[in-house]
Amino acid sequence: MFANLMGWVDARFPATKMWEDHLSKYYAPKNFNFWYFFGSLAMLVLVLQIVTGIFLTMNYKPDAALAFASVEYIMRDVEWGWLIRYLHSTGASAFFIVIYLHMFRGLIYGSYKQPRELVWLFGMFLYMALMAEAFLGYLLPWGQMSFWGAQVIISLFGALPVIGEDLALWIRGDFVVADATLNRFFAFHVIAVPLVILGLVVAHIIALHEVGSNNPDGVEIKKNKDKNGIPVDGIPFHPYYSVKDIVGVVVFLFIFSLILFYAPEFDGWFLEKDNFVPADPLKTPEHIVPLWYFTPFYAILRAVPDKLMGVMAMGGAQGLLFLLPWLDRSPVKSWRYRGPYFRVALTLFIISFLALGYLGTQPATTLYTNLARVFSVIYFAFFILMPFYTSIDKDKPVPERVTMK
Amino acid sequence: MRTLISALFIGFMSLTSIQAMAASGGVHLDPVELDLSDKASLQRGAKTFVNYCLSCHEASYMRYNRMAKDIGLTDAQVKENLMFASNKVGDTMTVAMRAEDAKKWFGVTPPDLSVISRARGTAWLNTYLRSFYLDDAKTMGTNNTVFKDVGMPHVLWQQQGYLSHDEETGHLEHATEGELSNYDYNVMIADLVNFLAYVGEPSKIQRLELAKWVLLYLFLLFLVVYPMKKAFWKDIH
Repeated sequence: MFANLMGWVDARFPATKMWEDHLSKYYAPKNFNFWYFFGSLAMLVLVLQIVTGIFLTMNYKPDAALAFASVEYIMRDVEWGWLIRYLHSTGASAFFIVIYLHMFRGLIYGSYKQPRELVWLFGMFLYMALMAEAFLGYLLPWGQMSFWGAQVIISLFGALPVIGEDLALWIRGDFVVADATLNRFFAFHVIAVPLVILGLVVAHIIALHEVGSNNPDGVEIKKNKDKNGIPVDGIPFHPYYSVKDIVGVVVFLFIFSLILFYAPEFDGWFLEKDNFVPADPLKTPEHIVPLWYFTPFYAILRAVPDKLMGVMAMGGAQGLLFLLPWLDRSPVKSWRYRGPYFRVALTLFIISFLALGYLGTQPATTLYTNLARVFSVIYFAFFILMPFYTSIDKDKPVPERVTMK
Repeated sequence: MRTLISALFIGFMSLTSIQAMAASGGVHLDPVELDLSDKASLQRGAKTFVNYCLSCHEASYMRYNRMAKDIGLTDAQVKENLMFASNKVGDTMTVAMRAEDAKKWFGVTPPDLSVISRARGTAWLNTYLRSFYLDDAKTMGTNNTVFKDVGMPHVLWQQQGYLSHDEETGHLEHATEGELSNYDYNVMIADLVNFLAYVGEPSKIQRLELAKWVLLYLFLLFLVVYPMKKAFWKDIH
């Protein structure tokens, strides 16, 4: 009966083929470790954001006069509204935590390297779209930080020569961030950018499944196949990694719930105090701080004295990440078999990224600005010097087969 | 690898502790113990709130009947004792004073207090409400160490009495005695802050109640899915 039904469907739609290609006969290396949970977790958080977002849209009012109150309405009068809203706000930060760890995995195991350049590029575009999505969404509660954060970021476009001011005006739809801005940001946040993200996720996964997953040893499992053409070190994604990822999901949800239920503001890191004050165009907050996931780039922006140069440095800091597959000249993928130069460089890079992230949350004192400059230089040096130090590095021999631990 | 992870972990930990220090913004703030399950405290706080705050400040997102239910009162009790500005228990806590008038009288429209505990923090509120001092330079005759040149007068002067501010030491001392002892006044403010914390997020009561069940469920689920993973993977070496 069921076989007949599947046969009928398969003659018209490649359901079984897709199931096999992407799950039951997609062979993933058997040595995935902790760092390989974050891809599926990112997918989970994406679904969470979309579902909670849909429910929030049912009660949220994208109107400068009503937005702030409608969020409080959701928090108080809508059945389970507080839970939906906290799932969405905590989910936003969780998304970035998961994505940063996912990208970190790519860095340490060289997952961006040939033949996975497109996987990396689609991923980078996803990261950009995610930042746009978060920035757009942060305006919607219409608190002080929503308003002034948007004001600062949009004014950055004003730094561009000739077209800058007009461009900023065009983006806002008004001379300051106002009702028109809120309305269009809402449109972009709930439909335009999510569509882009979904499309990119599909591209990211199709590209990945075309070339196959990397692994902690950076060994290509497709080089070593049995007589049926199945990689010796590969195991079907389903059921092996589906059951493993479920464990990851449950552990993630446990930690996520701890934060959501006991510290949804996360001491001001996930929901800023100032955002509980309604937007006031006449009152600038003392410190305008973007949310934590933007602060590394914000620190780079502020580290440069000239505004236009600062904007370019910030753009460059993100642009260089795209070039990673071509900047890295080492034949070795994984951190495990990399030479000392790369290991030191990556460690310094991670420290700089975190330090910049911290400095971006702090007032720009002389000391902090100088520190931000030092870390910005290290950040850029990691990329710019990469072709040199990776080509002369003393890499270790890479094993033929993957290792279990 | 291991050293890298521990370095990252230490970095993260120091980050959170620095953030905690930065929150006070220079002025020493006295934290206050909050207890949303202490119904008596919430009721006392509600009484202070409607008698002394709600004449100028709104809590326009807070409904009377929601409050009644959460702090352990009946609708009738609330109607009788805590409602002066409205007579429908389904109403929110608004005031009759027009915003323009308020601005004329105080120089600024008194802010809505619905989420003030989340905007300012409870330690700030607890300190602010005890830090008014006499200052002849101000129209209202008082100033505040936590909120310089605040437009609000010392509304609770009868209870606390007036304080004077020693410019050199920065200490506040009684210029006149109030009806309440220092201890009783502190309790009154602590109750009020507890109530404001409740008003800031009424659903926190449900949130904390639900939390343990969600965590218990996830823990039990883990006890199922982890052995399942082990069973599937027993032949993979």
